[in-house]
Amino acid sequence: MSSPHRVLPGFRLSLGFTWAYVGLLVLIPLSSLVLKTVSLSWPQFWDTVTAPRALAAYRLSFLASFAAALINVVFGLLVAWVLVRYRFPGRSLVESLVDLPFALPTAVAGLTLTTLFSAKGWYGQHLEALGLKVAYSSLGVAVALTFIGLPFVVRTVQPVLEDIDADVEEAAATLGATPWQTFSRVLFPAVLPALLSGFTLAFARALGEYGSVVFISGNMPMRTEIVPLLIVTKLEQYDYAGATAIAVVMLVASFLLLLVVNLLQRWSHRRLETRPGT
Amino acid sequence: MSVVVEQVTRRFSPGGSPAVSDVSFHAPTGAITSLLGPSGAGKSTLLRLIAGLEAPDAGRVHIDGVDCTRQPVQQRGVGVVFQSYALFRHMTVRENIAFGLEVRRLPRAETEARVDEMLRLVQLEALGHRYPGQLSGGQRQRVAFARALAIRPRVLLLDEPFGALDTRVREELREWLHALHSRTGLTTLLVTHDQEEALEISQHVVVMSEGRVAQAGAPEDIYNHPASPFVASFIGGASVLRGRVQAGKAEVGSLALDVPAAAREGEAVHAFVRPHDIKLARHEVSTPGPQPVTGRVARLKAVGGFVKVLLALPSGDEITVQVSRSEFDALGLTEGDAVRADVLSASVFVGDYAI
Amino acid sequence: MFAPSTPMARRQARTLGGSPLLRWALIAVALVFLGVFLFVPLVAVFTFAFQKGSAGYLAAVSHPEARSAILLTLTAAGIAVPLNLVFGLAAAWLLSRFRFPGRALLLTLIDLPFSVSPVIAGLIFVLLFGRQGWLGPWLAEWDLHVIFAVPGIVLATVFITLPFVVREVLPVMQAQGSDEEEAALTLGAGGWRTFLRVTLPKVKWGVLYGVILCNARAMGEFGAVSVVSGHVRGVTTTLPLHAEILYNEYDFTGAFAVASLLTLLALVTLVLKKYVEWRSEAS
Repeated sequence: MSSPHRVLPGFRLSLGFTWAYVGLLVLIPLSSLVLKTVSLSWPQFWDTVTAPRALAAYRLSFLASFAAALINVVFGLLVAWVLVRYRFPGRSLVESLVDLPFALPTAVAGLTLTTLFSAKGWYGQHLEALGLKVAYSSLGVAVALTFIGLPFVVRTVQPVLEDIDADVEEAAATLGATPWQTFSRVLFPAVLPALLSGFTLAFARALGEYGSVVFISGNMPMRTEIVPLLIVTKLEQYDYAGATAIAVVMLVASFLLLLVVNLLQRWSHRRLETRPGT
Repeated sequence: MSVVVEQVTRRFSPGGSPAVSDVSFHAPTGAITSLLGPSGAGKSTLLRLIAGLEAPDAGRVHIDGVDCTRQPVQQRGVGVVFQSYALFRHMTVRENIAFGLEVRRLPRAETEARVDEMLRLVQLEALGHRYPGQLSGGQRQRVAFARALAIRPRVLLLDEPFGALDTRVREELREWLHALHSRTGLTTLLVTHDQEEALEISQHVVVMSEGRVAQAGAPEDIYNHPASPFVASFIGGASVLRGRVQAGKAEVGSLALDVPAAAREGEAVHAFVRPHDIKLARHEVSTPGPQPVTGRVARLKAVGGFVKVLLALPSGDEITVQVSRSEFDALGLTEGDAVRADVLSASVFVGDYAI
Repeated sequence: MFAPSTPMARRQARTLGGSPLLRWALIAVALVFLGVFLFVPLVAVFTFAFQKGSAGYLAAVSHPEARSAILLTLTAAGIAVPLNLVFGLAAAWLLSRFRFPGRALLLTLIDLPFSVSPVIAGLIFVLLFGRQGWLGPWLAEWDLHVIFAVPGIVLATVFITLPFVVREVLPVMQAQGSDEEEAALTLGAGGWRTFLRVTLPKVKWGVLYGVILCNARAMGEFGAVSVVSGHVRGVTTTLPLHAEILYNEYDFTGAFAVASLLTLLALVTLVLKKYVEWRSEAS
């Protein structure tokens, strides 16, 4: 690990370049958002962010993202478990495929899921027969967000699960624990912080997601309009002030989530910290 | 609460060589029995078979006279201390110790009392609310003992319990285990590859090699009368001398040693000589003594209170001799000196020696 | 043996979820879930793309507007990836080797593009360079176009992909420490030579990993680019935007043909990623 010594060369150069780059590309553009926000009058801001259409969008974004993250917790834990614990044909293919939502452009995911879940699609025709309408409904939003968030839980839980030595499970068994007790009292608490981190990451990503949702949601105001879409709509109407106000609400929400992730990681670190040198 | 293992075999892949092959032994009630052998000898697998963490392909395991070969691990009532300790990292020390009691649904007050008792037993009263990550290696080790003992096991199974610790802590814990055992009197099985550890703290030793029992008995018996070349070479750091049977004696170098009854004239033999079973004298000083060997001092290694002398013999064999520091000073040896070595005792086996 | 080196397979029988029935049930449920959400969509892209045969497919991907979309996508990635590579190396060196005031703030700012919605990423550039933006009047005076033009698309792409290389290289540099750099310095090597000959070879797999992920995102970005693009056909449409336009015009085969190119990119990315993981584990 590095110590605060500066024997190594390149401190001034890398410091100057990094700050200049971040300043130009992140700090200045972001300050335009802050300046715009400050220039809004309070009633103007408040009316925009509490308009019924905005409230409906928050509700949909929040609920659909929450549902999608929850689905991903259940199946993400399952997929991570299966990948870590079992050897089966095609395992390494599955292992690679899990990252597909990270690598696949979101627009492609949106197009494909919409086509599959539309009334005549491969999935949609069967679901329609059961009375389930997925494409162009809030259910579709949740489906797209589930796809987008899928790798987060798997990839945060997997290393933790790999880290649990078989000895620990065997120890529980020698102490008299049934398999269910071993799972619920030993394994589950051990992966819980990772599971919560994965949930929060998937949830935060889902809140901001745009590309995959615009295709499948149908974009009906008050019904299937998510928050990022509302921002785009306002921009297309040259309502920069309105777009900025909504964006500020979203930013605050995602910073709160980021804070939660950091606190979770600190919590689990503190519990599992290893004394140096032991 | 004796443990009896009868003709147990366990192989991990069908048709592969067994990890444990037709092993039978008896661990007496109330004693510490060591399973001693090099890594890969099958001793840990044997321990896992006794614990119920593995099922044997053949044979039976009896604890306290009852056949428990098919009994699930949860019901065997064995306390296991794992090499890695296998502590539950997300639980405090108290929670770790209480775990086995809670899954047995012991009343809360009783659980708390038992946990306190265990913390006192392992001298960790002050650390009950720490997490394992906040403890030193030796402290974790003692938590693992407390957790295993809390369920009042019928037998205690220890898998290389001191393997991951440094020498000083190892020795302290060895003493501590000895004291703990005299207090609890629990039948204990200890897996170790450290012969010193096995000979020091156990009343019964089972030496294992390649999945089989090489020899079982009291520590002194095994040390003084090794039953096979493997046991002789594994225990005591002996040197090997090769030779042939001539005139009813084993001619090893310039020695003539007693041979086993089965030896035939002219047959190859080899002898194991322990470093402290040799007495050195300067060559020119001719003292009457049994069976002298002459050699040249090839190398000297001072190790604390004693000196290891590596002797090169005319036959090409090399033997290590251990001399106390005062004896060494009296002899005044330097490398290259010719010396005579008197062998006080040796174990002779028929056949050529091959590692 | 209890040693951790014991193969998992040996222990399966005794560890949790080891009973064959439960094992296969769990594997089956996981595979069905991944099949429905990942595998079938993957197959569907190519099936839909070739609905009108390979002639229809080729026509769609070689259409002039498709070609200009490919060119724009390559241009945006071709600028964003090298810039963020250089930035990533400099920032990772700075953050792994030195402690200085403002370090935590810098880390937060670098992570910011990950945590804001792509739509907001587009919005901040519109607020800065748009007709009603802070620099709008000045740009109009000089007849420069950023928003609804190629520079806006490039800027949004650079912003969105800014953290990728740093985030992969920083932990690798941190883990490897600076002993070897110090050794090189004591042997008389200069700063640049030390960086090029000692540091870079040590972190090359991390760098490559970051570049692969950065490129995938640069070529596939939709939300941020969509906001600043203005959707001028054949001029400011990247591949994802072109697919969207075709889809909205009910040219499904065309849309999926374009989408299939992006899917191929994703598959190549996954394969390269796997390869880099394998190589870096081997070394």
